[in-house]
Amino acid sequence: MLDSKIPDGPLADKWTKHKDNVRLVNPANKRLIDVIVVGTGLAGSSAAASLAEMGYSVKAFCFQDSPRRAHSIAAQGGINAAKNYQNDGDSTYRLFYDTIKGGDYRSREANVHRLAEVSASIIDQCVMQGVPFARDYGGMLDNRSFGGVQVSRTFYAKGQTGQQLLLGAYSALSRQIGQGKVEMFNRHEMMDVVVVDGKARGIIARNLITGEIERHSAHAVVLCTGGYGNTFFLSTNAMGSNVSAAWKAHRRGSYFANPCYTQIHPTCIPVSDDAQSKLTLMSESLRNDGRIWVPKHSKDVEAIRNGSLKPVDLAEEDRDYYLERRYPAFGNLVPRDVASRAAKERCDAGMGVNKAGQAVFLDFDSAITRYGSTEANVRGIENPTAEEVRALGVAAVEAKYGNLFQMYQQITADNPYETPMKIYPAVHYTMGGLWVDYNLMTTVPGLYAAGEANFSDHGANRLGASALMQGLADGYFVLPYVIGDYLADDIRTGAISTDSSEFDEAEKSVTARIDALLNCGGKTPVDDFHKKLGQIMWNKCGMSRNAIGLREAITEIQALRERFYKEVCVPGRADQFNQELDKAGRVADFLELGELMCKDALERNESCGGHFREEYQSEDGEAARDDKGYTHVSNWEYTGVPSEAALHKEELVFDNVELKTRSYK
Amino acid sequence: MDFTLKIWRQEGPQAVGHMATYQVTDISDEMSFLEMIDVLNDQLVRSGDEPVAFDHDCREGICGMCSMFINGEAHGPNRLTTTCQLHMRSFKNGETITIEPWRAAAFPVIRDLVVDRSSMDRIIQSGGYVSVNTNGNTVDANALPIPKPAADEAFEAAVCIGCGACVATCKNASAMLFVAAKVSQLALLPQGQPERTARVEGMVEQMDLEGFGNCTNTGACEVECPMGISLDHIARMNRDYLTAKVANKG
Repeated sequence: MLDSKIPDGPLADKWTKHKDNVRLVNPANKRLIDVIVVGTGLAGSSAAASLAEMGYSVKAFCFQDSPRRAHSIAAQGGINAAKNYQNDGDSTYRLFYDTIKGGDYRSREANVHRLAEVSASIIDQCVMQGVPFARDYGGMLDNRSFGGVQVSRTFYAKGQTGQQLLLGAYSALSRQIGQGKVEMFNRHEMMDVVVVDGKARGIIARNLITGEIERHSAHAVVLCTGGYGNTFFLSTNAMGSNVSAAWKAHRRGSYFANPCYTQIHPTCIPVSDDAQSKLTLMSESLRNDGRIWVPKHSKDVEAIRNGSLKPVDLAEEDRDYYLERRYPAFGNLVPRDVASRAAKERCDAGMGVNKAGQAVFLDFDSAITRYGSTEANVRGIENPTAEEVRALGVAAVEAKYGNLFQMYQQITADNPYETPMKIYPAVHYTMGGLWVDYNLMTTVPGLYAAGEANFSDHGANRLGASALMQGLADGYFVLPYVIGDYLADDIRTGAISTDSSEFDEAEKSVTARIDALLNCGGKTPVDDFHKKLGQIMWNKCGMSRNAIGLREAITEIQALRERFYKEVCVPGRADQFNQELDKAGRVADFLELGELMCKDALERNESCGGHFREEYQSEDGEAARDDKGYTHVSNWEYTGVPSEAALHKEELVFDNVELKTRSYK
Repeated sequence: MDFTLKIWRQEGPQAVGHMATYQVTDISDEMSFLEMIDVLNDQLVRSGDEPVAFDHDCREGICGMCSMFINGEAHGPNRLTTTCQLHMRSFKNGETITIEPWRAAAFPVIRDLVVDRSSMDRIIQSGGYVSVNTNGNTVDANALPIPKPAADEAFEAAVCIGCGACVATCKNASAMLFVAAKVSQLALLPQGQPERTARVEGMVEQMDLEGFGNCTNTGACEVECPMGISLDHIARMNRDYLTAKVANKG
């Protein structure tokens, strides 16, 4: 039976009481305790830095050449916090409620409330670190609004918020490395978790420069290794983002929760050709000012596709601003899952505006005019010409989104100030992940998961600007408090030896896997298999799914996995820098996880958030939840074959909010 | 489009490197430069050869991992562009493209186009931070108003992605622009004041220890910086460094 260890008492008091009751480790004893942190994104860097500041001996690992490059760096739009600086009625409760509702009532009340509670401290902490958030002319912090909410609670640093927050956490981590309290292992990949007497006691890592297999022991292991969006091959994740650490933990006993909850982000640059290696997000913040549309009539779609009609020349009454039409209350700021499905619906109806029919417009024309008029008023320009207004408006839009517009132009060669952007949904974030209790511990004692790697806070759909909030909340303000409760038992344990049968066994299994990949003798490059897996996942377990397709996908993935081990070609040796080998190991794990994602999607006979089962929808095409049957977390226990994993349910109890049909109309 | 590629190949840190020549054909102008290298590597693997090792990760111009010296320029011919954001439409069909790793004593080659930039991490570890512990009890974020111009200028320095193009492009392999970006960001903000002197001294000392060259103000770094970081930050750092030294002598 899964025990989520949610503290008793009223929702708003749980975290405070829990902090008061968890056991502490005294400063002298902390020095005797080792903690391994894998991954150095927002969750990992902040956790490693905070744990070291407290006095623990920390070892941190990342596969990149520097901890500063973890993929949190690419987050654009912002970070939410219930500061109510805009005096628009925001509060801890509202942030909690919006997140629960945005997650389509599939997350834990207590975790989400804690997240909302600590959100304000994150902003204070980051500002003190020197994170240059956007400010207004009075020198105060500026906010913007994001999808799925009706207040402005998002703090931002142009379109580079993730970069600035990560560099803040990286600087805190660097300070601890400089003081010798964190030992940093760059270019190291975690290959396995070592479990001794039922507790996580270390990892096997591979030095990616020399290929050396290393044993590292600790009293606890924290996985902050991100999400699994790259199962789809094409996603907004970095090329190296992978599920391997989490998957190895799963194979060693950690349950994998809700793997089918995948977030497809509505505003990404569409696929251009077959060699495409990744997709690029255009921040959701653009939906604050951009209006999304496709033509109303097929003849105009044709003309735009063949270039005989410029989108700017299409008359206003011939455009279909479909989000504003379908969802008048939230308009272009509906949550991501809703916006993505609406784009797919229009493109499936033949209204897509690029050659492949897989794109919609994101148009800034009215924002440019609106900002331009305001700016003309501010400057006291009477009766400004249209050109003057436009120039002022372009400058205002540039100040807000300049780097995003520049990025768009670099990739597409189109100037988004003059012609609307073309966008299409792409895989972006994964709400599922390792199951954790309220203390962020997985089902393996001493093995923790934080940030995107765990499942806990976003339910079936994450709201924009909440991933950065969760990563830093877990790392700065949750793990440091809760981990002591477990480590208090280890003050007399002493250093964990790496000279044990468990470490021997783990190292042997790692070496055997590497040998199997290198000696397979096939002729097909790794990427071929990854791309095929991606196609299966996108077509059958993507923006919408159905039982028939999911069953087919499971069989196809099993066959693909079998072929992989017979036909894959991994050149080079194990004892050298070998990127094909790194990639092969990661794809091998995606080939198992993909199957489990389909199994989970097949088992969940309802539509909720990012999980849309075609069989379960309302008359007007909205997701139809089944609260009687599925108000639970689906946790999968590894049994050997991914689709034969054993299901363990954690029932979700809602004491504070009423489950409603999510409506953004 | 078809291209001839001349690429630096070096099997390991101690191995002797050489330029190797490859042909790629049917490259679309929509492809990114790294996708073109993917095509080459696919070709190499299929023919039983080892692919070209190169660093890359986010492929959207922000992680700072990609690092190619293309036709004699860090990140290639376009301004304000990382290698991953460079597209093949910036090249002419039939062109020969020369690709080398970052070259600097402080960036030893690991393999082919991959270099070790951990020297930059060590510079940050020597003072590139504000010493504030995580405790959630700092003052309210808005208790510390920061004039917008200062905040904006600090932001312009803070956008450094730590790619090392400034070092690779400098004839002295100097890391001054990289170091100055961090020193200047924190010097412009009130949070950075208490450690302002110690920071600049610590970071400059570590920069010298790592074997980076001196700055002779040619400005090449500013031209090649994909984030457009200004030389003004070097001026600010030099002023702070001088002040620190004079103050310490007193």
